[in-house]
Order: sequence, then structure tokens, then C-alpha cells
Amino acid sequence: MSDPMRIRAQLKDGGVTEVRVLMAHIMETGLRKDASGATVPAHFIQSITATHGSKTVLNAQFGPAVSQNPVMNFSFKGGAKGDKVTVSWTDNKGAKRSDEATIA
Amino acid sequence: MNLQRRTTLKTGGSLALIAAAVSAGVLPTSAFAQWNKNAFDAKNLNDVVKAMGGATAEKSNDIAITAPDIAENGAVVPIAVASKLANVESIAILVEKNPNSLAATFDIPAGTEPNVGTRVKMGQSSNVHAVVKAGGKYYVATKEVKVTLGGCGG
Repeated sequence: MSDPMRIRAQLKDGGVTEVRVLMAHIMETGLRKDASGATVPAHFIQSITATHGSKTVLNAQFGPAVSQNPVMNFSFKGGAKGDKVTVSWTDNKGAKRSDEATIA
Repeated sequence: MNLQRRTTLKTGGSLALIAAAVSAGVLPTSAFAQWNKNAFDAKNLNDVVKAMGGATAEKSNDIAITAPDIAENGAVVPIAVASKLANVESIAILVEKNPNSLAATFDIPAGTEPNVGTRVKMGQSSNVHAVVKAGGKYYVATKEVKVTLGGCGG
């Protein structure tokens, strides 16, 4: 299983929770060739879901053009300090990862 | 729980661990939307908009793309998109001259700000498009980003 995500969720003025996520993933495009000339197969995160309580606050789909170790920023209303924000991703090989953070 | 623990121990691999976690309800299973392969395979702006279910994208001044004018490293180009349009449903980031234009899409449910950011790879200097779906219509804004070192390839 891959390394944990780093998630930071902060409550800002106006009741908006700002979430920053750093995912550890190679994000291989499938176009690159290795030293022997063989194409490196694509391996990238496809879908990301962020939830706050039972509510989905963001759904994202990534293509292979997103940089290695993807970063994602977004913000949503309705969060409170101490609430949990959960972020999950799944990649094109079926690997999954889910991590959560507490809103500060 | 004990049963799952047994199978996990037996098969060992990380996949079994995940399967056990899913069946135990630790990981959400149904939350992921189907990956839109057609849109990610499309080569240009119009094809991407069509693959996402629209006809054409209208130019809009209410979409702001925050990206560097000149990116030194094409492998990590920070792109942020903010929209002032009402009822934003989704935001997509496209890089025109990449092998496949579409880099990422974000679905914005009610309560989430139409303001997202990520980092993308750019093979060469190119226009970056932000396509925003708002109130059932598609809008687009464009910004040119010059790349001094391409992000595709070793």
C-alpha cells in the first residue's frame, strides 16, 4: 500500500474550510520510455472523493497529466472545528487509499 | 471480524487487506464516480466538452485561472481555477498541447466553493483552458503558460 496522504483542513473566516491534500503517487503517464526503450505502463490516480461527515464535498477525476505526488486544494462551507474530513483515491490499477484529517 | 483477519493473514497481500477494509466498511466503496475515459482520451477542447456532455463552451470573464506566465519546470505547473459564475457544477483543467488535453476534473457539490487548485505536467508551452459547467452550460477561460523545460519524458 502506498504512503499516507497529507491532509490539512483549516477553518477560515466566513465558515469556509480550506482543505489541502498531498497524495503520494508516481502518476506515470504511460508515454515515457525507460532506459531500454520500453514504454513504462501508465499508473495514475483516477478518482478522488472527499467527504465531510456523510456529505461528499468534492469528487475529482485525474488524468495522467497531473503531476507526480498530486496536490489538490479546495474549500467548502459547513465544516466545524474538530470535524473529520476524509479523502480517498483509487488509481488505474485498482489500488485505493483513504486518509482523514481533523479540521483545525 | 475474526474471519476477515484469517483471510487477511492467509493471503497476505495488500489487496486482501484493502478488500477486508472495504467489507468492514472502513473505506467507502460506492463513492467513486466512473472515470470518464472518453473525456481523458480527447485531444482538444471541443472534444473534451463533447465527451463531458456539452455542445460548445462559451468564453467567460468570470473564470480566473491562476498559473505562472512562465513555468520553469513543466513537470509541476501549479494551476488554480476560481469561478464567479452561479451554480457551478464542475471545473475541468485542460492543457491544449499535451498528448491528451484533459488533466483533471472536479465536481463541485452545493456548499463547496468553485475554487480548486492542483499541479499538472506540461509537455511544452501551451494554452491552459479552464472549463466550468454552471447551470447546465459550459464556459471556458484560457491562459497561456510558457514552459522552459518540458514535463513529459525523463
